[in-house]
Amino acid sequence: MNAALLFSTALNSVGANKLRAGLTLLGIVIGVSSVIAMMAIGRGAQVSVTSRISELGADLITVQPGAQALRFAFFGGGGDSDVLSFEDALALKDDVFAPDVRIVAPENSFSGSAVVSGENTFVNGVGVTAEYLEARNLTIATGRNISNANVLNTSLVAVLGSETSTTLFGNRNPVGATLKLSGREFLVIGVIESQQGTISNPDNSILVPITTSHYRLKSGTGLVNSIPVSSISILATSEKAVDTARLDISTVLRLRHELEADDDDDFLITTQQDTIETLEGTQGTFVILLGSIAGISLLVGGIGVMNIMLVSVTERTREIGIRRAVGAKRRDILFQFVTEAVLMTFVGGILGVLTGWAIAYFGNGATVDGDIIETVIETHIAAIALGVSIAVGLFFGIYPAVRAASLNPIEALRHE
Amino acid sequence: MNSAVPVIELSNVTREFQVGSQVVKALDGISLTIQHGEMVAIIGPSGSGKSTLMNTLGCLDTPSSGSFFLNGQNVSDLSDNQLAETRSRQLGFVFQSYNLLTRETALSNVELPLKYSGGHTGKNRRTAARTALERVGLSHRFNHKPVQLSGGEQQRVGIARALVKNPDLILADEPTGNLDSKSSAEVIEMLRSLNEVDGKTIVVVTHDPEVAEATKRIIAFRDGRIVEDRAVDSVKTEAAEDEQVASE
Repeated sequence: MNAALLFSTALNSVGANKLRAGLTLLGIVIGVSSVIAMMAIGRGAQVSVTSRISELGADLITVQPGAQALRFAFFGGGGDSDVLSFEDALALKDDVFAPDVRIVAPENSFSGSAVVSGENTFVNGVGVTAEYLEARNLTIATGRNISNANVLNTSLVAVLGSETSTTLFGNRNPVGATLKLSGREFLVIGVIESQQGTISNPDNSILVPITTSHYRLKSGTGLVNSIPVSSISILATSEKAVDTARLDISTVLRLRHELEADDDDDFLITTQQDTIETLEGTQGTFVILLGSIAGISLLVGGIGVMNIMLVSVTERTREIGIRRAVGAKRRDILFQFVTEAVLMTFVGGILGVLTGWAIAYFGNGATVDGDIIETVIETHIAAIALGVSIAVGLFFGIYPAVRAASLNPIEALRHE
Repeated sequence: MNSAVPVIELSNVTREFQVGSQVVKALDGISLTIQHGEMVAIIGPSGSGKSTLMNTLGCLDTPSSGSFFLNGQNVSDLSDNQLAETRSRQLGFVFQSYNLLTRETALSNVELPLKYSGGHTGKNRRTAARTALERVGLSHRFNHKPVQLSGGEQQRVGIARALVKNPDLILADEPTGNLDSKSSAEVIEMLRSLNEVDGKTIVVVTHDPEVAEATKRIIAFRDGRIVEDRAVDSVKTEAAEDEQVASE
């Protein structure tokens, strides 16, 4: 029997029991579509996180206070903020001890309410130096950046994130306007270019000189050099210099903190690569987990196909006998049943890819608990899922088909 | 086909089955020759071995010992695939319960043997199937499914299926067993016509004495042996007389 005849015979047999075929198909459809949808969601999360981090620049290194051992407890939180000082940051600019460091931008943070025309808005702000924008790969949209003079003079000036600007001032250009922070009047000198979607979310922030933040907003005391900083953003001279810069930073800080050789670091250095690897690792596990769950449903679908094929072989024993009597070889019977199984899983696979694709397509941008779901549809995942569904048909179809082919034609003909 | 070579030549054929710890001889040293153009009835009680003989003649089963030549070819030691090919090329089956594919139309049932022999286009197959159905008088029933046909019509579709590859030998296993007397008579008449008009060799297994008497030669079985092999007197056609002369 040639391929076309085999196909039309299989189509005929499968089509003879549409409800049964449909239900069997459904198992495969669910399996394949969940693989596609899960992978699209998983990959979407991975890609969006990676791209957000990459926007910050691959040569970015951040230093935060806190011991290595406390890494997870303080991850992103900053640890004991007394350990890093403004002076530590200044020391990292040393051309001799830290030649691979190009930009050093210390920061501290504050929060409080900003008052514009009598309206209170809660803000999270950052005390920064002039280098902050460059280190964070940000640019000024209108107005100007905080200058070194502003830092030296503890000036009451502020640079707004684009969203903060909109929240406080609406569509007006805020440059030249004033706002009140902790009862002090600040002059808005600039607005940062919107960085929609980046992980550090500068759009919601408000920047003031680090000295102003410390002395005026947090009522800090002491010398400028002893101002505690919550984080230092550092750019290496190049992407390749990140690793040596990291060593430079570690050496300088250990010396300054008078750590003994066997003491642990009391600070944490994180490169962008570290962050990306950590997140990608987590996301990768997530994708594999989702894929496996979906894969299991595909497996269950396959078992459904096998089950139905076995029932079908038993029901059609006589048909098999007739076909054998009029000249069908074992091979013909084998191919017929395998073709039927593969036909079901293949059609199921196609419908599954379309369904999964539709879920991923329409699910893109949907919000769940306030998080935006991004999906990335990958053609190769669809191709693999389709291939796997064919393989499922082959794998689960072969045993029933072998049983069909090995029936004795005389007994098969006698079967009631 | 060389008519000097017998269609069927069995010599000392046995077929044994293991039933529990016993060995049962369904065929016990059968020797039998059937020439081209014969129409033979095989009769005997249940369990006499006539079904086993039919399966052997139909290349669905192979003898335990002895030899079976079909059109001069030894089929006793053919592989499963070769047996399938022999069935496809040289044999037509007619069954007691018709054995049609219920989902398929009469036409597509008749086409079935051609699908397994290769080398036919769809158009070829349909033409051949139409011709065969016309031969059995069912030109008005091409697209009917078996459930839409009477028993006699279904059996005629079965005969058309046996004919479609134009084999020399048609094996009919109780072809009238499920039919009323009128349909039975039609089917027997059809088989006789295929024998006399088309020159087919026909072997019929039957319980029915009337069917047996309608053939030209009766072979009676009991306990796996041939107990009687006689020409039918009442149908002394020319062919039968020729046959008698030839065998003397």
